[in-house]
Amino acid sequence: MAIPESIPTQSAVRNPADFAPVIDLNDLSVQFGKRPILQNLRGELRGRAIGLLGPNGAGKTTLIHTLLGFHPPSSGTAHIFGRDITTDAKQIRSLVGYMPERDSFIAKMSAVHFVRLMAELSGLPSEAALERAHEALFYVGLGEARYRSVDTYSLGMKQLAKLAQAIVHGPRLIFLDEPTNGLDPPARARMIRLVREIRDSGKANIVLSSHLLRDVEECCEEILILKDGRLAVYCNLEEERKANRKFLMLETRGDQHEFAAAIGALGCEYALSGDTRVKVVLQDGVEVRDLYRIAAQQNIQIRRLSYKRDSLEDIFLKAMENGHGGL
Amino acid sequence: MAVYEQTYKQYLGKLTPEWSRFLIIPRHAFRDVFKSKLFTAFFIVCFLPLLVEAILIYLHHNVNALSLMKVNVRELIPIDAFFFQTFVNLQATFAFFVTLLLGPPLVARDLRNNALPLYLCRPFSRTEYVLGKMSVLLILLSAMTWIPQLLLFLFQGYLEGASWFVDNLWIGSAIFIGSVVWILVLALLSQVVSALVKWRVVASGALLGIFFIPSVFGEVINQLFFTHWGNIISLGALMKNVSAGLFGTFVRTTSHITSFDNGIEREIVMSEPPLWASWFVLGLICLVCLALLSRKVKAYEVIK
Repeated sequence: MAIPESIPTQSAVRNPADFAPVIDLNDLSVQFGKRPILQNLRGELRGRAIGLLGPNGAGKTTLIHTLLGFHPPSSGTAHIFGRDITTDAKQIRSLVGYMPERDSFIAKMSAVHFVRLMAELSGLPSEAALERAHEALFYVGLGEARYRSVDTYSLGMKQLAKLAQAIVHGPRLIFLDEPTNGLDPPARARMIRLVREIRDSGKANIVLSSHLLRDVEECCEEILILKDGRLAVYCNLEEERKANRKFLMLETRGDQHEFAAAIGALGCEYALSGDTRVKVVLQDGVEVRDLYRIAAQQNIQIRRLSYKRDSLEDIFLKAMENGHGGL
Repeated sequence: MAVYEQTYKQYLGKLTPEWSRFLIIPRHAFRDVFKSKLFTAFFIVCFLPLLVEAILIYLHHNVNALSLMKVNVRELIPIDAFFFQTFVNLQATFAFFVTLLLGPPLVARDLRNNALPLYLCRPFSRTEYVLGKMSVLLILLSAMTWIPQLLLFLFQGYLEGASWFVDNLWIGSAIFIGSVVWILVLALLSQVVSALVKWRVVASGALLGIFFIPSVFGEVINQLFFTHWGNIISLGALMKNVSAGLFGTFVRTTSHITSFDNGIEREIVMSEPPLWASWFVLGLICLVCLALLSRKVKAYEVIK
């Protein structure tokens, strides 16, 4: 895994914990009664945006809750920015923001009052909390509705209010649990844009839990797929995308055996599929124009050329079929 | 940073001390509570007995006023332990009604709206949450019970002289301990009811029930078995005994009754439960309340 380009800072002086992985899972297991919910999760996550994927009941929310200290691990532990979740829970909570999956708000409060209260509970002095509550609500797009009671908000507005309370204190790590649940397409697009903006600011890392592959694909660099409480797949989407960019699918007309042999002579791996299709993995130094040149020399028509890569859906489905994987 | 600079920014300013953060909850709660004109009016009414108490103390030491009214208040109402105990008990009753109005929605509202994870995902513990919610009641009830009572006790001490004040310092401690125990029990019970019952009206009903139903059962036991031990399950009676013990007016044997068993005359002594038993039961109630709160006040409830 690559070291992130920028590690967010809270002060000018960095301590060694700032260079620690965002999340470090050390054989983390969680049990409710006798039922295992998470089993031996292991790995280091360093991405700016980490996606947690899995079918319903896979343990995504439980993992977030355990990292927040809501559930004690039955064995193993985890570290967030180098701090142990079992011993430094309070310290960790001062570094994180959390947007819960379910409707969560304080009744009979205006949004600005609600977000201000949350900021104050995070340790901000009253005046600073009020100022940042206004800013956070403007940032998420609730500026005009900030004096309305949260009870009267629509579902989409409540989601935005939840995001505002999660970011009001400027945390270094933000847990977003199903942030696009129940949102209509424009509201979803807005939420995704906000998440990407926060990610791109480089001032906060994001853990996004979702069962919607598209949300994760659009926002995250690293993904963790859970299945039955186990780590099914870890995948660095950025690297995966780069790696798969050289995988080509060609549809040709003409003698494709000679054409394929010529491609092989360039040092590229190839495979023939049917009478018209050639799959090619381009080697370093070989460009697409070289293929066109060979095709022209051999009087072969290239009727279609497409980059083929594993989509997140492919990765997810493979993970669901295969079972367990690790970092 | 202005609102038009719409970018994600970290907070790099100073933070408030951790120990003081539980006080954020009552500060925000008072703002809501005193929005209600009805509650504000009721809260003001709660201070009327204190005003009467202050006037009585003042008249006691104002010879001109007494001669003008041609009454000898000093002989009618002596300012002693019983005087203060009466007003402490009166304020305790008002405290109960304030609790009935404020207590039930405190935790219930957060549970109903899943707000607990929002509190507990911050550097804010469950203990601080419970303490913060209890502080709403503790501060308000203190403001109408022991704080003004102690001020009036000081006022009486000032008017009567230093020797009276020194001789009766124990009254001051009785006012403080008696009131604090009562408001602590009220705050804990209302928090538990609020945590167990999510609907305000039902929670208010349950709180009333906790105070009155055991009292009725206790009285039934008293009548059936010719005893006063039934009072041990009545919160009102327990507090009355504890308060009487603190003010030095507690009498165990309250009455004698005569019964005829097979024609043989028997005298039955009706005794209140000993003071230690009342303290013990109150302590037990507080412990049970704390255990229940620790069970219920969680970010998420795990159903096993």
